[in-house]
Amino acid sequence: MNNKILKLLENNARMSNETISAITGLTEEETKHRIENMEDNGIIRGYKALIDWERVEDSYVSAIIELKVIPKARLGFEEIAAHIAQYPNVESVFLMSGACDLCVIVKCKTFHEVSAFVAKELAVIEGITSTATQFIMRRYKDFGIELSSADDDGRGNISL
Amino acid sequence: MINYKNILSSTVQDIKPSGIRKFFDIANTMEDVISLGVGEPDFRTPWQVRSAGIHSLEQANTRYTSNKGLEALREEISVYTKRKYGISYNPETEILVTVGGSEAIDMALRAITEPGDEIIIPQPSYVCYEPITRLAGGVPVIIHTKAENDFKVTPEELKQAISEKTKALILPYPCNPTGGIMGKEDLEQLAEILQDTDIVVISDEIYAELTFDNIKHTSAASIPGMRERTVLINGFSKTFSMTGWRLGYACAPEPLLNEITKIHQYAIMCAPTTSQYAAIEALRSCDDVVRDMVEEYDMRRKLIVKGFNQLGLTCREPKGAFYAFPSIQSTGLTSEEFCERLLYSKKVAVVPGTAFGDSGEGFIRASYCYSLLHIEKALHLIGEFLEELKNN
Ligand SMILES: Cc1ncc(COP(=O)(O)O)c(C=O)c1O
Repeated sequence: MNNKILKLLENNARMSNETISAITGLTEEETKHRIENMEDNGIIRGYKALIDWERVEDSYVSAIIELKVIPKARLGFEEIAAHIAQYPNVESVFLMSGACDLCVIVKCKTFHEVSAFVAKELAVIEGITSTATQFIMRRYKDFGIELSSADDDGRGNISL
Repeated sequence: MINYKNILSSTVQDIKPSGIRKFFDIANTMEDVISLGVGEPDFRTPWQVRSAGIHSLEQANTRYTSNKGLEALREEISVYTKRKYGISYNPETEILVTVGGSEAIDMALRAITEPGDEIIIPQPSYVCYEPITRLAGGVPVIIHTKAENDFKVTPEELKQAISEKTKALILPYPCNPTGGIMGKEDLEQLAEILQDTDIVVISDEIYAELTFDNIKHTSAASIPGMRERTVLINGFSKTFSMTGWRLGYACAPEPLLNEITKIHQYAIMCAPTTSQYAAIEALRSCDDVVRDMVEEYDMRRKLIVKGFNQLGLTCREPKGAFYAFPSIQSTGLTSEEFCERLLYSKKVAVVPGTAFGDSGEGFIRASYCYSLLHIEKALHLIGEFLEELKNN
């Protein structure tokens, strides 16, 4: 049942307890209780809105930065990853298989700000041997939601 | 000047255009409508099915198929029908691929109806049975199913409807618009009445895969004694979100199917080829996708049913299809008044129950082929509408 609640919230974090209880058959009290528990246990880590910033004037530039790293003895990649994760403009940090070791997604105000961040903050970290920065030019689908698709699905308003 | 009234068939002219045409035209041209009005899935056709269609086009498989449909598809239909409902049909002689369930209904009725034959049609139900019966020269005999019977056909109602002239009974379950279903026992009771008669059953089971609460659909043809008299109709539109592909099928004993195929051969030639290739994939590999869609419909069903009941519009649990059919009698409005006013004041579109027969009066059909968020919004607006009704 918790899984069902999680799936519902993952799709729509603003779904009311009332709606969740209608769908799951739990009481509202029980729903509230379960969600609070999962928040306390760190299963639910937070709630965010999915924003199509391209539709907002005051928009952002995002980039994917691939890093090659010489792991430190005993700590491996952890220490460097934890360090990078602390920057507020870093959205994601992943350990990767394949050509790069760490993959970092950053969101900045401008193109310039991204390059400054890579040059002045990332490239200088001890253990990082190379960086490759790729700017995201357009977002078609993010977090499972298609951003570019038309709202009208062609079904019309009424049919039998 | 040519007088069109004189050249058009009187049978055709006598068929009423659906009384709510005007309402439909208004609803469909209005902008920014929050609709619960459509009778088709919001899901896309599963990717592997679209891909199979594309592949067949790349291979230039774009010619007519045999009249009955691709052999490979008929074989899949045979396997599927056996696997899902436990009935065996010979793909060579007992299965016809059609242009939607719609064509299958038309062909079946045309194949059996002689002028004056009575066709028993339970209502509220999908809109095509009555006009097609008339076009075939038949006489519709309506059973008005009741909410308190969960919109099933009861044995008494069937007995009353049967006369010397009865040719066929339509069984439209799971039912659009009521969401009603007929279980094994319900069907067995009808089968008992029908045994030793020559009454044909046309069983439109297009929503067979969309049943809830762990109920598995029982096909009318699977009831002992029923197979020989049943034309089983199913299709791809609803189960696989394939409305625009226009594909369905009919299964029936050879003597029936042969004649149905004869009409199909002259009127249609064959069902769309690309769709037939895609449909093979649908039957083979989409159990998981369909299960996920049903799970999603089920969540929406629970939300909408609870929502209507909380708003004071009594709504029985629909057990199949994807419609809720709440009563609006508490408002004192007719179904059409309710729908028109709701549309004008809140831009929410639902379908008056009367679109599906006179016995739909006092009900509305709300489709839940919409996202949970969309359904929540619509319910909220209906709530506002009901409040305003009370205060006026
Ligand atoms: C009960 C019923 N039968 C048949 C059909 C026709 O479906 P198809 O797309 O297979 O022609 C519909 C479509 O709404 C329906 O609701």
